[in-house]
Amino acid sequence: MITHPRTEELAESVRLWIEEIRPTLDPRNAFLARVAANAMATICRELTQGPAAEANAVAGMREVLGHDGDFAALNSELCERIRSGELTVETPGLLRVLAAMARDQIAIDQPNYRPEGTPPPPG
Amino acid sequence: MVSNVDVRAGLERLAERLGGPGARVTECQRLSGGASMETYAYAIEGPNGAERLIVRRRNVPFDPETARSISLQTEAALIQATAANGARVPIVRHVCDDQDGLGEAYVMVRVDGETLGRKITSDPKFDAIRPALARQCGEALWGIHKTPPPPGLNLKVVDGAIELDRYEEVYRATGAERPILELAFQYLRKHIPEPVEPVLLHGDFRNGNIMFDPQTGVAAILDWELAHIGDPAEDMGWICTNSWRFGRPDRPVGGFGDYADLLEGYAAAGGRAIDLPRVRFWQMLGSLRWGVMCLTMYLSWRDGVVKSVERPMIGRRVSETEADLVVLLEEGL
Repeated sequence: MITHPRTEELAESVRLWIEEIRPTLDPRNAFLARVAANAMATICRELTQGPAAEANAVAGMREVLGHDGDFAALNSELCERIRSGELTVETPGLLRVLAAMARDQIAIDQPNYRPEGTPPPPG
Repeated sequence: MVSNVDVRAGLERLAERLGGPGARVTECQRLSGGASMETYAYAIEGPNGAERLIVRRRNVPFDPETARSISLQTEAALIQATAANGARVPIVRHVCDDQDGLGEAYVMVRVDGETLGRKITSDPKFDAIRPALARQCGEALWGIHKTPPPPGLNLKVVDGAIELDRYEEVYRATGAERPILELAFQYLRKHIPEPVEPVLLHGDFRNGNIMFDPQTGVAAILDWELAHIGDPAEDMGWICTNSWRFGRPDRPVGGFGDYADLLEGYAAAGGRAIDLPRVRFWQMLGSLRWGVMCLTMYLSWRDGVVKSVERPMIGRRVSETEADLVVLLEEGL
């Protein structure tokens, strides 16, 4: 991929422009513009953090399923084996792997989200 | 799909009906949020004086067969029925008919206060009242639950098994493959609580749909479109779902209070005692339900039903429910 600019920089430039015009918009469009700016930020994070998150997910699913495969195939099989009742909350390693996948995905989608079990903010 | 109704012109016509001859609209502003429902804050002035009002109207056709929600006429009827029972709800001023040309809509008297969840959980002006809110929410819920459902409204009756079936069917139809949601379905099916006598539920009782006053607390329960009949713990579990704690997962009730206060407020007001595991079941099902709803929000955009950027972005909120569900699965019910 070319680097001048990188794709995430294009996304970031659009986000900054949306933020710039947002104060000039009516309330409904200002709301949608904030959503649009958040979408650009998500795109940016996915571009930078997505590959590592996917690699971690693949490694975790390989461990649980006991064989190799790409993300889509492993993910499908994992879903199927949970649905069939073969893999449950009792299955060693399953919740640990799923928790790690969830952490990586929320870091892309909503890094400020505070999941269940997060202690109160300081102060 | 956005309807072609001229809302402002409709409200002008309605102003005379409500406020007398010559009455007119003096302010009108669409409030943000709500993708299939439009809400406007407006005011009229006429021979009978000035009134500050809210109008709620649906901007997509209502299909009673497929809709998860109830019609706005039903919504208004439930607000009136629960108000007669002392519930803290807005005053319904007018239910719109064909003469008004506003489509499916009704008008309420505007209630002052705050609905933004994050303000309730974090704004210093709520610091003093915040510790009282969970108990007040319990009391407020009983005002709804004790109301006999008005006859002829055909409200849906659900329980834990029916809800799991419904949301699993919706989830399967989306084609999404999400291992944590799969595991939550399997786990919850093994932990369905014993059925209880069903009651009228608000169905969307959460921080964000409640108007709070910084001095007095709960002012009005809003947004009745998901009202139905079911387990009283369903309404409690939903306000405890972490997606509605607005950055304060350490305060399980709405990001402002504790389980015990909610349950005690409910019982003290006259409600049947409800145990915490039942609430936690519905809370976990609440996260799962919100995850599935987020998927359907994305699908409504993908299939061209609603072309608003907020829809695919809500689709990216599925992972918040996964982050919550995996913790609840680790803790166990």
